[in-house]
Parts: sequence; structure tokens; C-alpha cells
Amino acid sequence: MTLLAEVYGSIGSVGYGLAAIGPGIGIGIIFGQGVQAIARQPEAYGVIRQNMLLGFALAEALALIGFVVPFIFGAGPQ
Amino acid sequence: MTVAIPETAWGCQFVPGLEGGCGFPAPNASIFFTDPVFSLGPFNFTKPMLLLWIGVAIIVIFFLYAFMRPKLVPRGAQNLGELGYLFIRDGIVKDVIGKGGTKFVPFLFSFFFLIWILNLFEVIPVAQFPPTSMFALPVAFALIVYFTWVPYGFIKQGPGFLKSMLFPSGIPWPMYFLLTPIELLSNFIVRPFTHAVRLFANMFAGHLLLTTFAIAAWYLFNPASFSVVGVVGSAGSFLMLTILTAFEILIGALQAYIFTLLTAVYLSDAVSGH
Repeated sequence: MTLLAEVYGSIGSVGYGLAAIGPGIGIGIIFGQGVQAIARQPEAYGVIRQNMLLGFALAEALALIGFVVPFIFGAGPQ
Repeated sequence: MTVAIPETAWGCQFVPGLEGGCGFPAPNASIFFTDPVFSLGPFNFTKPMLLLWIGVAIIVIFFLYAFMRPKLVPRGAQNLGELGYLFIRDGIVKDVIGKGGTKFVPFLFSFFFLIWILNLFEVIPVAQFPPTSMFALPVAFALIVYFTWVPYGFIKQGPGFLKSMLFPSGIPWPMYFLLTPIELLSNFIVRPFTHAVRLFANMFAGHLLLTTFAIAAWYLFNPASFSVVGVVGSAGSFLMLTILTAFEILIGALQAYIFTLLTAVYLSDAVSGH
């Protein structure tokens, strides 16, 4: 079998970069909308902040799982 | 042509235990596994274990001292203790669980303050290690939470608990073929996993970040060969270390809050349905 292309090295790090795109966009939306909601209705600050942090934590988990991957799989075969 | 670097050059002899020769000794996961502080027979007491015990001791002693002789008009330590208690009771339990959540206030209170103090050990001099960045500890916490809210849901709601968790109401019935497996996966399998990973990975990343900039500030500061790049790089790394230390104090408190908040959300599923 002939190899046409091969990628090696710390692929887990590249994976982390890819895994961070989605949560990055998600966290941006969450805090953007949260700040907007607080600006529109400052008296609901407590409830909005709580739900904002909850959404942030759920979105962030995906990026954090990606962050651990390079440490588990390391540099791989050289 | 490469220039041979003498073994005694700056950067070759410091930071024992980090490989890399004379190059930049970038920290990796090995910095989390240090030699045991002391051994008692077959048991090795490592730094995270020791810090965990110290953290527990601080929490127990402080709150015993604060609430030992409670007064009607609180002063000093009792004031602080009551502030913390009210933060959990009014800020988390009343808003998230509502009625029927009062009995969980001590549970959430213990979790919040223990995780907070353990996260704070990351920036406290001499300690400078968050025990929550060892995966075993968040896993233990998440399992305690998991084996609290799932049995409590069955006790409180009976079989209706499974119905509310797996079959959300107000949906046309053919959707259940699609939705029920997803709900099962996300509510009972992924939930405890992400609950633990979220706390662990945050503290793990924070500790690695602080270590990287601390080593960079030291490594680039080379008195033997003065260079502008080295001085600027070293000063920049030190500045980043200072900023990130403040950031990590914030992250430590935030992660403790989020862990407690999510625990409250899971408990509210058990108390009053999904």
C-alpha cells in the first residue's frame, strides 16, 4: 500500500484547535446575548447572570474535553 | 553549523525533572506527578493529598470558629460565615431548586467552599498547586453528586422520575424514538462525565499556563548574555504571569460556583422533574 499523504506529530493539539471553534462561537453568543438582556432589563440581573454562567459552563465543556486530548494521546508515532 | 552549548550555560541546570536539555523546558503533564512528600508504610502522601487535608481542615476550623457561639447580632467571623451561607441559600438553592431544596443547602455549601479553597491553592505561595487538577478528585465529587440526585429522584418521584427525565412532555409521540436515547445519553451518562471534566480541565489548564509563564520569565532572564529580546521577553512573561494569577483567582471562584450551580440544577431535576 502506498501512502499518498501522512500527517504526524502532535495531532491532538490540532484537534484542540478544531474543538475550540464551536464553543468559542457559542460562548461569544451567550455572553453577547446576556449583556444585551441585562442592558434591556437591569432588574433581572441575578437570574440572567446565573443562566448566562450555566450556558457558558455547558458550552465550555466541549472545548475543555478537547484540551485534555493532546495530553492523553501525546505526540503520537514520530 | 550548530554552536555547542556548554553544560553550565544558563537554562541547562535549573528546573530539575523537566526534560529538554538546554532548550526551553516546556512543562507537560509530568509536573502534576511529583514525588511523595512522605511515606507511611505502603502509603505515599503526595502534595495534592496533603493540600486536600489542609483545605478540609481550614474549612472545618473556620466554620466551627464562626458558628461556635452564634450571636443574634453577628460580628467578625460569624458575619463572613453567614454571608457565605446566605449566598448558597438565597443565590443558588432558592433560585434553582426552589421549595424542597432547603435540606440540600449544607451539601451545596460544603461543596462550594471546599472546591473554592482547593482552587485557591493554585495561587497561594508555597502550596501553588490546585488539588482539583488531579482527575481523581473531581471524579469523586461528581460521583457523590451523581449518587445523590439519581436515587433521590427515584425516592421523591418514583417511576415518574424516569418519565420526566427521558420523556419530555408536550412533544408528539413519534419524536420519542429520537429523543429518548439522546436524553438517556445526555442526562445519565454524559452529565457526570462533563461535571468532573469541567472542573478538572479548567484547573489543569490554569496550572499549566501559570507554570509555562513562570518558567519562561526565569528562562529568558539570562544575566550572562544581556540582550533586549531576553529582557523584554522575560518582563513580558512576568507581566503575563501576574495578570494570569489574578485571572486564575477569578476562574477558581467561578468554577466552584459553576460546579455548585450545576449540582443544584441536577438536584432540581430530582426534586421537581426535568
